[in-house]
Amino acid sequence: MNHLLKSAGVAALAFATLGYAGTSSAAETLTIVSWGGAYTKSQVEAYHKPWIEKTGDTINSEDYNGGLAEIRAQVEAGNVTWNLVDVELSDAVRGCDEGILEVLPTEDLPAGDDGTPAAEDFIAGTVHECAVGTIVWSTVYAYDTTKFKDGPTTIADFFDLEKFPGKRGMRKAPKANLEFALMADGVPSGEVYDVLATPEGVERAFKKLDTIKNDTIWWEAGAQPPQLLADGEVVMTTAYNGRLFNAIANEKKPFEIVWDGQVWDIDLWVIPKGAPKMEQSWEFIKFSTDTQRLADQAKWISYGPVRKSSFDKVLPDMQPHMPTAPANFKNPLQNDFEFWADYGDELNERFNAWLAS
Amino acid sequence: MAHAIEEAGPARPLTMADGTPLKVALARATRRSKIRAFLLVAPLLLFILITFIFPIVDMLMRSIDNPEVNDAIPLTVAELEKWDGEGMPPDAVFAAFIKEMGDRGEGQRRNVGRMGARLNYEDGGFRSLINKSQRAAAKIEEDPMQFALVGFDKGWEDKKTWPTLDELAETPEFAEVLPETAALLRKWETGNSPFAEKTPKPETYPTILSELEKAKADGSLARLLPLVQAENRKLATTLEKTAASAGDIRDNPLRYALVGVDKDWGEQKTWKIIKQVSSPVTFSYYLNAVDRTYDIDGNIVMQPEWKQIYVQLFMKTIYVSLGVTLACLILAYPISYLLATLPPSKGNLLLILVLLPFWTSLLVRTTSWIVLLQTQGVINDTLVFLGIISDDNRIEMIYNMTGTIIAMTHILLPFMVLPMYSVMKTISPSYMRAARSLGANPLIAFVRVYMPQTVPGIGAGSILVFILAIGYYITPALVGGQDGQLISNFIAYHMQKSLNWGLAAALGTILLGGVLIMYWLYDRLVGIDNMKLG
Repeated sequence: MNHLLKSAGVAALAFATLGYAGTSSAAETLTIVSWGGAYTKSQVEAYHKPWIEKTGDTINSEDYNGGLAEIRAQVEAGNVTWNLVDVELSDAVRGCDEGILEVLPTEDLPAGDDGTPAAEDFIAGTVHECAVGTIVWSTVYAYDTTKFKDGPTTIADFFDLEKFPGKRGMRKAPKANLEFALMADGVPSGEVYDVLATPEGVERAFKKLDTIKNDTIWWEAGAQPPQLLADGEVVMTTAYNGRLFNAIANEKKPFEIVWDGQVWDIDLWVIPKGAPKMEQSWEFIKFSTDTQRLADQAKWISYGPVRKSSFDKVLPDMQPHMPTAPANFKNPLQNDFEFWADYGDELNERFNAWLAS
Repeated sequence: MAHAIEEAGPARPLTMADGTPLKVALARATRRSKIRAFLLVAPLLLFILITFIFPIVDMLMRSIDNPEVNDAIPLTVAELEKWDGEGMPPDAVFAAFIKEMGDRGEGQRRNVGRMGARLNYEDGGFRSLINKSQRAAAKIEEDPMQFALVGFDKGWEDKKTWPTLDELAETPEFAEVLPETAALLRKWETGNSPFAEKTPKPETYPTILSELEKAKADGSLARLLPLVQAENRKLATTLEKTAASAGDIRDNPLRYALVGVDKDWGEQKTWKIIKQVSSPVTFSYYLNAVDRTYDIDGNIVMQPEWKQIYVQLFMKTIYVSLGVTLACLILAYPISYLLATLPPSKGNLLLILVLLPFWTSLLVRTTSWIVLLQTQGVINDTLVFLGIISDDNRIEMIYNMTGTIIAMTHILLPFMVLPMYSVMKTISPSYMRAARSLGANPLIAFVRVYMPQTVPGIGAGSILVFILAIGYYITPALVGGQDGQLISNFIAYHMQKSLNWGLAAALGTILLGGVLIMYWLYDRLVGIDNMKLG
């Protein structure tokens, strides 16, 4: 009986959605949540404005600091107010596993402008069951060109205090730092996570970090490293590539990015479970991840589009600044979300114990 | 409040004009005024209950609440109850586990995801183990033998194994010893056609198992093995081992299959942890918050050295807060005294200067200190310019404990000044004059007459600053360098990033308990009644 009722309910729901799809949708208000600053500005210019023009919707742009805490709280309270959220891959996967994100009909994503089907047009691993990628961003390191005649060129140079004396800047977290340490210690990028998954590998990474620990200033927020470099507090620092580009291109700072050993990651759209206006949100995702929109975004910030068809449409003077540009993408390492989902908490505790020791 | 005075004497009780006894009328009147008073307070009380008390209680409950495993795999938990913890769990556990993990319903998927996250707090790597097993569970239910063979011997997973057997299947010996297997392998589409199958037909696995068992029993296997050995030595060993244990594999396919998904399922420890975490209430968050944990036999032991951080962080947080409180006290006392004794026109102007930090954003104040204190910053530059220090010996005042104390003291100073100022304002100067006229020198007069009267202000300011300092994390994070992690940073990390709300709640509860104990101590030593905010 219960089963019967359920199927009747499903049928009714199906009719309702059909009826809904049949009528033209009225203008809606979407609340879109992202990371703020120059990044949100790039989304407003490349996605929001054309979308508003196309549909007449209103868009509330909100900022947040990443993580799933707010989404989880909203879903648990049964009061979801966010329609779309820009998240990191590890959070997208976790949110999907914990059932706080909607499963998306990703097979409906449109083909690229050149006719390539979406499945091939998106870089492998950038479309997920619950999330659709938008940009590729990287953690890289940059140095102050006024301090060195022949600057560093490899990730190993970052750890070489003899050849390149001076203070370093690093993020106060294990993520990316352990990978850098292993690559600098001679582990090929393809084997980094295999090594890091063993206790000896973790030892080895911390040993390498030990060599520069006393010469390192630890940063917390993405805006800090370019500032540390500009103030002369450090001679080189790890940072997010978009922030460095901003300092180099817009503030004319004498910094040089070293792309060797870049640890790249992606950002994706997700829809919190049970969010209202699901249809319209999905339409927005399809719209904002089409070839043109992703290429437009690169006008505003130096993050690479996840569609292969978008790359050629990026302005020629922006192309060399993209993490995915062929010259920069020589020795890349993709951040392994599975690894960090499994060992992130443990390594974070360990990292902090190491910092305090 | 009206007081009715009952006179002794007249036997007739006093009554109101309308005949009701005075006592009743009085009770009614006081009740009415009580209700009125309560109604006046009610909106605020309700507001505080809904927005403050309930959420805090809810959050604190999370520190012992432990529903995840029970929600996801209740049948398995029930079966695990019957297991005495010796050897491996009984087969019923494996069967129930695979059944529950194989359920692809949406609610179940979410429950299993949460269980994975919960188990991962106990032992890193559990999350992916659970996810992997969930993906495989449905396949295991359909075709356990394929996984069981791999679980029994990794040789079955080898890339060369099946292609080698496929080739051998063409030989007469193979067809004679393992006839049905050979027939099935012939049906297997290999090669580069679009219809090619990566693995043989599902029924091949149980078939080869039962035929190996038979061939072992009637001795015909010995004829086949040299042939295999010539092609692939390792495979011959695998076949021989499998034939020897075929009965065991056939009877316990699920156990072997689960081990085939991941060898961790063959470890007793894995099941012990699941059994441990399956109780609906747990203290493991609290243990974790004080650097302890349960070992697999349920005893409380210290965490490994490299995970012991929380006790140290609690201590550091208390030291930093005490340091900041002391620094604020030393700085604020003379300022407050000056403000309270100056004529109002000047005093108010100075008070505005004290309050200025309130009107600038916290981040602006913190970053200003960075500009001032950093090695290439204003203070160091000035000292180098004046020749007090040399260029190579710039003082390190930021990205360490010094910077944290300086920045936090500056930010919290007004909270110390205001209560002290308002208490000092009320102290009449005539007391000091009286002390002087009775022969006390200025110092004695100050220490014995003035200072005791300022104690309520000192107490109020200190408690306020201390409690605010204990919860600070943005400032230490920005200016504290490698010392800049306080306990609140971790509460925030577990709330926002790791989503380990149980641990965040446990840390928060301990912090709250610690503050309440200090409050109680203060009450015993100084007395809360003496605390004045003005």
